[in-house]
Amino acid sequence: MPEQFIAPSIDWFALSPYLVMVAGALGLLVVGALTPRWPRGLYSLVSALTATSAGVLAVFIWNDVAEMGPGTLVGGALSHDAFAQFVTIAVCAATALVALVTDAEVRGTVLEGPEIHALLLTAATGAMVMGASNDLIVLFLGLETLSLALYVLAASERTAAGQEAGMKYFILGGLASAVFLYGIALLYGGARSTNLGEIVARFQSTVALERNDSLVLAGLALLIVGLGFKVAAAPFHVWSPDVYQGAPTHVTAFMASVGKAAAFAAMLRVLVIALPFHRDDWRPVIWVLAIASLVIGSTLAVVQTDVKRMLAFSSVSHAGFLLVGVEAAGHRAGEQISGDGLESVLVYLALYSVLVVGTFSIVAVVSRHAGGSTDISVFAGLGRRRPVLALALTILLLAQAGVPLTSGFVAKWGVIQSAVAERSYAIAIIAMVSAVIAAFLYLRIMVSAWLADPSEVEPEPVPAMTGVAIALAAAVTLVVGVYPELLLGWTDAVSNFAR
Amino acid sequence: MELIVFVLASAMVLSGAIGVVLFRNPVHAALGLVLTLFGVAVHFVSMEAHFLAAVQVIVYAGAIVVLFLFVIMLLGVDRAEDLTIEPLKLQRPVAIVLGAGVTVLVAGAVVRGADTLGRETNASAPGDSNIRALARSLYSDHVLAFELTSVLLIVAVAGTVVLTRRLKKSEG
Repeated sequence: MPEQFIAPSIDWFALSPYLVMVAGALGLLVVGALTPRWPRGLYSLVSALTATSAGVLAVFIWNDVAEMGPGTLVGGALSHDAFAQFVTIAVCAATALVALVTDAEVRGTVLEGPEIHALLLTAATGAMVMGASNDLIVLFLGLETLSLALYVLAASERTAAGQEAGMKYFILGGLASAVFLYGIALLYGGARSTNLGEIVARFQSTVALERNDSLVLAGLALLIVGLGFKVAAAPFHVWSPDVYQGAPTHVTAFMASVGKAAAFAAMLRVLVIALPFHRDDWRPVIWVLAIASLVIGSTLAVVQTDVKRMLAFSSVSHAGFLLVGVEAAGHRAGEQISGDGLESVLVYLALYSVLVVGTFSIVAVVSRHAGGSTDISVFAGLGRRRPVLALALTILLLAQAGVPLTSGFVAKWGVIQSAVAERSYAIAIIAMVSAVIAAFLYLRIMVSAWLADPSEVEPEPVPAMTGVAIALAAAVTLVVGVYPELLLGWTDAVSNFAR
Repeated sequence: MELIVFVLASAMVLSGAIGVVLFRNPVHAALGLVLTLFGVAVHFVSMEAHFLAAVQVIVYAGAIVVLFLFVIMLLGVDRAEDLTIEPLKLQRPVAIVLGAGVTVLVAGAVVRGADTLGRETNASAPGDSNIRALARSLYSDHVLAFELTSVLLIVAVAGTVVLTRRLKKSEG
């Protein structure tokens, strides 16, 4: 007699952001294939609108979560909590901005068409799934969706550098994914489940004295390596300068924002949410990664002459700051009063995503005009040619440096404060020193833009949609910098996660 | 008996995998992959997962590797990169040492944690229970993962179009 099959209940509204993104990608592909070329900019507008509506839906879902409390979806595969909605909103915002910038970057090339936007939207779906995953298999599938789309996007431009970037990213990323998967397998062997809730329940139910955790610890180590690669934390950052430099600039913006946000969200899910019982095992590792990223990122950034390489190393140092927050979250992971670490990382991610897209958009505008060169010399005299653009660049770079009255200060203040609250003074001091070193690099770009001799170049044309994206990014940077309570009042809820 | 099967299947998997890496001819490497996948299928059989073993042989060893071979033969096998030039002299020995170290550590962890591994098998379950159990977990616990793989396929389709589109068509 066959037992009755009970299908998991599905809350379609709670899944709507993912459905909207996938439907947008499919719609673009199918309708785009059946109709003649759309008028200029329409592909970008459609994909930006798709991402925006998914983000707006996530806000409504957040309200539901706030009223009814967190839970899980589809048989425990996804978390239904404020953490997931926050990551979704950040990813959607960054995706919408990148979609706007992509239009001018691919216009007139073979890439003009719906496919590149379909890839952006599916990659963002993978990122959203990573932020919400409550099961390691789902997390891995989200990671692969994001990574595969990123490999293709990185190699989408038919230049030698672009192809090299795509190939390098693909091979090293494939290795990192394999390591990550092996980690999942070992963790499954030790905890006998891939579901984060069941993993935690298992640790709560077994007696600590007799526990033999070597499988879980080996799995944890491999998971940290895989995630460390994806977030470009030193010493797993070696791919990032080449890939950031070789990939088309709008793709670099996407990688630095959505890719990093998703990977850090996944790291928080795995370390803080699934394995709080091993916090004393993984926290020292994160401590070392954080310090290595901070020091290597900020010192090597200063000696570069290519702006995209500089920003790649600066993103390694940002990863270091984020790891400072993860380390702080590790002190009291799994406790009732869990401290500010988790919130500070998420706030940092959201703010950094927006400002890094803005920065790379300006780099895209300037380098496109200079025939694809991203050497720092092409920025010389930008202040004379395009004062407004140079002003936006200045705002965004000051924010990256963490100067007060910009969102970057709010972000850096948050992680350092949470580290100090957990008495991690050494890491907080190293973070602040490296922020000062990294500030030199941002100053170099600004000095070149404002003070260098104006070269005899025509002012760069700023495409309308790219201009809108830059203006939005700069506006968010300033508004959050001046009124941080707008955002911070909102993020208290994110540590109330579900598993 | 179980041990002999395990050792033989593992030898197949490992020698196939080493072959994939070491063969100079890509066709031979693809055939090495077949050996690896067959070895995994044998492992599945020894764990009483007959359905998975069949799928492994039909889908992986059959369809996917044949596809690999088609691609290799269409693209030509004579294009080889010279891998002997080494920008950093030390990196290969260091990589070997580090790789061996990681292997030893992971193997040590597995050996030490072997007692904690689950011992659940469904060897006593009747006839079609394999397929039944698979379907049950695929459509209940892992239904979202199952659907997510279709998103991966969208990436594959769109990615192929992006990577292979020729310049001529851009005017159309």
